[in-house]
Amino acid sequence: MTKIKLAHYWGAGCGGCDVALLDIDEKILGVAEIADIVFWPIAVDGKVKDVEAMPDKSITCTLFNGAVRNSENEHMAKLLRQKSAIVVSFGSCACYGGIPGLGNMTNRKEILDLVYTKLPTSDNVERVFPQAETHTKDGDLELPVLYDTVMTLDQVIDVDYYMPGCPPTTNLINEFLGIVTAHVKEGAPLPPKGAMIASQKTLCDECKRKKSVKKIDRIYMPHEIAIDPDKCMLEQGIICLGSSTRAGCGAKCLEGNQPCRGCMGPTAEVLDQGGSMLSALASIYRVEDNEALLSEENIATLMAQVKDPMGTFYCYTLPKSIIKRKVKERKQVKKEV
Amino acid sequence: MSSQQMAQAEPKPAEAGQFEPRIIVFCCNWCSYAGADLAGVSRLQMPTNFRVIRTMCSARVDPEFVLRAFASSADGVLVLGCHPADCHYIGGNYRTRRRIALLRVLLEQYGFNPERLKLEWVSASEGQKFQKTIKEFDAMVRDIGPNPINEE
Repeated sequence: MTKIKLAHYWGAGCGGCDVALLDIDEKILGVAEIADIVFWPIAVDGKVKDVEAMPDKSITCTLFNGAVRNSENEHMAKLLRQKSAIVVSFGSCACYGGIPGLGNMTNRKEILDLVYTKLPTSDNVERVFPQAETHTKDGDLELPVLYDTVMTLDQVIDVDYYMPGCPPTTNLINEFLGIVTAHVKEGAPLPPKGAMIASQKTLCDECKRKKSVKKIDRIYMPHEIAIDPDKCMLEQGIICLGSSTRAGCGAKCLEGNQPCRGCMGPTAEVLDQGGSMLSALASIYRVEDNEALLSEENIATLMAQVKDPMGTFYCYTLPKSIIKRKVKERKQVKKEV
Repeated sequence: MSSQQMAQAEPKPAEAGQFEPRIIVFCCNWCSYAGADLAGVSRLQMPTNFRVIRTMCSARVDPEFVLRAFASSADGVLVLGCHPADCHYIGGNYRTRRRIALLRVLLEQYGFNPERLKLEWVSASEGQKFQKTIKEFDAMVRDIGPNPINEE
């Protein structure tokens, strides 16, 4: 049996996905058995020029984690696409933008301004900003250019498979490795292109909590009440994104008595995870007998309990949402204070 | 069809440089669509730059529809439903108004002027209210200006 070649690279991510691959315990030995790791900056020594020297499509499978938000991310994504037969969008950042995707609520200029001049710890009177190119007497230095908008991997290159999760859980990684191993050893067919290595149902399907009729009067932050570990989070007034999130993670957060924050992204039928959850949450508010007498202002006050709909509903999926990023009205509205 | 009727049937082409808003109106089947129909058969005059999408209930208007309308460069979205206590499905409009209230907060976070999304109650007998709602909303959207998503 010839070994396959495996690469793992990171874009705009935290490194958690790289660690997740190591987190499969002794099964990592099985990976070494079927695959040669040709490129994995966090674990093995390798240089970009080595990848550039490889023939096209010579890497059997590249796991790419992290979103694409600078020129280096984009260059590496395109390079690895060219050199790989299969590219897997690994983790929530690559699939949906993830936490870095919330950078789409602002832009390049605001981010640089804040980080390099406005933080209490920054003392940057000369307003020195990182430059893409710096010329010194010893040679030229280059830095990647930060983009205005965070992109998902499949907005930049063609992606074969998706494995969401922040990070993808051990069972999903094992499932994927099982598919790859069976393919390498027995020639088993690979899943169709574009397949999502996760469940096709929503998290409620996997969650073991008891669920009944949902009627809430107010929203609680998880620290505000003693959470009943056997009862549905939404029924307790805690915002849990399970109902609009893809299953496959094994409802680990809920087992730990914490609500789902939606890292697995939406199911295939849903375009916009945030919109779907917004709709669900708004619908479970109790309707009282005097409902018809309530004014629109009453309802607005009621719904203002959701302090930050964007950060709550689009925590992991903003770059993959319908609107994708913050827009700027020509006419700015003056806010009444 | 007389030339005057023809002129009314076709949306007026925007003159060069002039902003002609594109407005999506979601009407529920039981009240608001009939209200729109009444406004039509009563020949009430109103701007013609809106497109009506009929849904069985205003609660059928998924937030996704509204977001998609804005992403497809609609300048304003009106959601029309039955008056409170008048819903054909008893409580659909109560769900709608909760969703729209929350959606407006979200739109504001996205950077949109939340006034671009409006919820109004129009019953089957309120042709005039339909006319008034369209007229006022059109004037307001003209004042706010074009959808900023086009400028990205």
